[in-house]
Amino acid sequence: MNGWGIVRGMWVTFRHFADTYLEDIRRGRRRYRTAEGIEQRRRSDVRGIVTVQYPEEKLPVPEEFRYLPFLVYDEGPNGEQNLRCTACGICAKACPPQCIWIVRGSDPVTGKPITAPAEFSIDIDICMNCGFCAEYCPFDAIKMDHDYEIASVNRTQQHIFNKQRLMRPASYYASIRPTNAAREEAARSAKASKKPAAEGSTN
Amino acid sequence: MSEHPLLDQQFPEWVQADARPGYGGWLVQAAHLNDVARWLRDQAGYDYLSSVTAVDYFPEDRMEVVYHLYRSTGGSALVLKVVTGREQAQVPSLTPLYPGAEFQEREVWDLLGVRFVGHPDLRRILLWEGFAGHPLRKDWREPFFEEEVKPFKSRWPEGHVRRAEDGNPYGDNLQYPPDFDPDSWQPQGEDALYAKFQRRADEGIHTDTMIVNLGPQHPSTHGVFRMVVQLEGETIVDLKPVMGYLHRNHEKIGERNTFLQNMPFTDRLDYTTSMANNFGYALAVEKLMGIQPPERAEYLRVMMAELTRIMTHLFSIGFLLNDLGAFFTPSLYAIQERELILDIFEAVSGSRMMCNYFRFGGVVRDLPEGVLEKVKELVLERLPRKIDEMDAYLTKNEIVRGRCEGVGVLTDAQAIALSASGPVLRASGVPYDVRRADPYSIYERFDFDVAVRYHGDIYDRYLLRLDEARQSLRILQQVLRDLPEGPVMNGKPQHLVRVPAGEAYGRVESPKGELGFYVVSNGKPNPLRYHVRAPSFINLTSLATMARGEKIADVVAVLGSIDIVLGEVDR
Repeated sequence: MNGWGIVRGMWVTFRHFADTYLEDIRRGRRRYRTAEGIEQRRRSDVRGIVTVQYPEEKLPVPEEFRYLPFLVYDEGPNGEQNLRCTACGICAKACPPQCIWIVRGSDPVTGKPITAPAEFSIDIDICMNCGFCAEYCPFDAIKMDHDYEIASVNRTQQHIFNKQRLMRPASYYASIRPTNAAREEAARSAKASKKPAAEGSTN
Repeated sequence: MSEHPLLDQQFPEWVQADARPGYGGWLVQAAHLNDVARWLRDQAGYDYLSSVTAVDYFPEDRMEVVYHLYRSTGGSALVLKVVTGREQAQVPSLTPLYPGAEFQEREVWDLLGVRFVGHPDLRRILLWEGFAGHPLRKDWREPFFEEEVKPFKSRWPEGHVRRAEDGNPYGDNLQYPPDFDPDSWQPQGEDALYAKFQRRADEGIHTDTMIVNLGPQHPSTHGVFRMVVQLEGETIVDLKPVMGYLHRNHEKIGERNTFLQNMPFTDRLDYTTSMANNFGYALAVEKLMGIQPPERAEYLRVMMAELTRIMTHLFSIGFLLNDLGAFFTPSLYAIQERELILDIFEAVSGSRMMCNYFRFGGVVRDLPEGVLEKVKELVLERLPRKIDEMDAYLTKNEIVRGRCEGVGVLTDAQAIALSASGPVLRASGVPYDVRRADPYSIYERFDFDVAVRYHGDIYDRYLLRLDEARQSLRILQQVLRDLPEGPVMNGKPQHLVRVPAGEAYGRVESPKGELGFYVVSNGKPNPLRYHVRAPSFINLTSLATMARGEKIADVVAVLGSIDIVLGEVDR
């Protein structure tokens, strides 16, 4: 029968529309602007509306989510910020769009190069968020951030992130990537405990 | 090589084997290319010309045009190469024998400057007429040239930081051919384009045809793509696609990158199928390196590739409905499923679309906790139901049937001749699927059917995508059943890989068709040649054949049924 397809199609749409309100009544206030409500709308057995009202509501991002890189520093007992970066430059060499600039630091007394960056800049306009820098860094010094809200009003002046802008404490890293941070921490302490033992055996 | 005829015995005067280490195939004398190709097509069954490209061996005065030929009944590639000089580079065109070579030969002319003698319409295809030179030649440099290969020394460790954009100032970053003045330029290419339209003999009453440009900015074209149609009333007499608006010379970027740096760039080809793109490129480079990923990584690769296929097929069905006028309601139902699959990709790879998940010799990481359960829930519970739902809503819908049945027909012989691949080829009755015809990875282990439909119209392409999504579910069920434990990467991850000199062609059945990566290495950290056989691009060769004789409103649906993504068409 002609027109039957349209009726069926409209019925499908109407059912989804009605489901949204039925679910609203069933779940009440918890349905919107709560973590539970967002999670419920992301499940694979969701009924009715599936969208999230950004920016009032935000989807949680998974641990592996990657956006822009940041530099990890360890906090010393007196509040020092010890960058893990040794200015080895592997990240800059691995970077596909070549957006990382590093200037190696030098000792203020002797003038010899040291294993720390004097400058570390990332041109975020050309960063392609691939995560190679974090993947190939041998010192766990550069990691990918979860913060995706980086809009700015001045493209020409604010889109080169310098060392200061890129630095984040190790505790922040552990908070966004707990599994990865714990695994790397365990690997590092295993290595550290092995080293003195190895030295001890040779002595 | 045993399955292929020994061409040097068949044509001892004209053909010799390519004996360079790491290379294969046959070197054919340019003057006799057509004779050899005709024999291969008519006598030896190599009816499918998959890929045409060229390699520039600067500073040697040597260019090689490389052809990959297949039998449409399956099997590996027979590779032909024709050598020509760099000045006055020219070889005979294979377009009269294999019409599917038309766009590819134009691309080689455009990017590498090899003339194809006998080509019916040899114009630039991706670049415009005011472009100086042929950019994939090794001695070509852009006006904002920085260095030949990455990593660029200028970026590290000395010097003061500057924005990348400052090295590429707007208005100053282009060069014209000698004696070209952009102010007085008349678009000659347009005249050339229109002049190539078919002329109709006047039949009694004199009628003029009308030329209409659909696009480049048009909602039906899925991006910036232009169709120039010649109309008689409402009927399409001829059609010429115009593309390249999104061209960024992916292959030149690829030749400056190191091998690994190309991986995230492949995501940006067909940005809806990044896992499949990763797959093809990883296969090509792994072939060169002679390595194999561990078992678990193989299963994860197949899992990701098949999830991509389901996602893309649902997405393209949704957008086909958009093109038919059911604006966005059906496609949003498809996008809903896609989101759930993208959630998995995001959890596994870190990004929803730019996955960058594959590495040479494995994948970047194992499934994080909880992801396998999500995949199981989707594959075993939700997706089968939703594909059936899609089927129930759309397949018998009278508007879908009225608009799609018998429209945009491509016969099996035409599809093979025009080098169509993927759903377009299989909906025309050719059961050719790279996963079966020339198995890669671990596809031989899985039990699945090659979906095939026989009418070659839009409706069959739609049905075929549903069939294929169901077959992908079958594969996924077997993957979930057999997924072994173990490492996902062989050896230590390295950002600089050693790739021995040689050539390799890795091809996969991407959701859009046969996606091939032709990679040539000279032992250095960067590929000497990196070519992408883009299925969306080559499937467009058959657009004019499908559209001729249809109404102008149908050309939108025909294009939708090919399912192009401009990131891949224009590269």
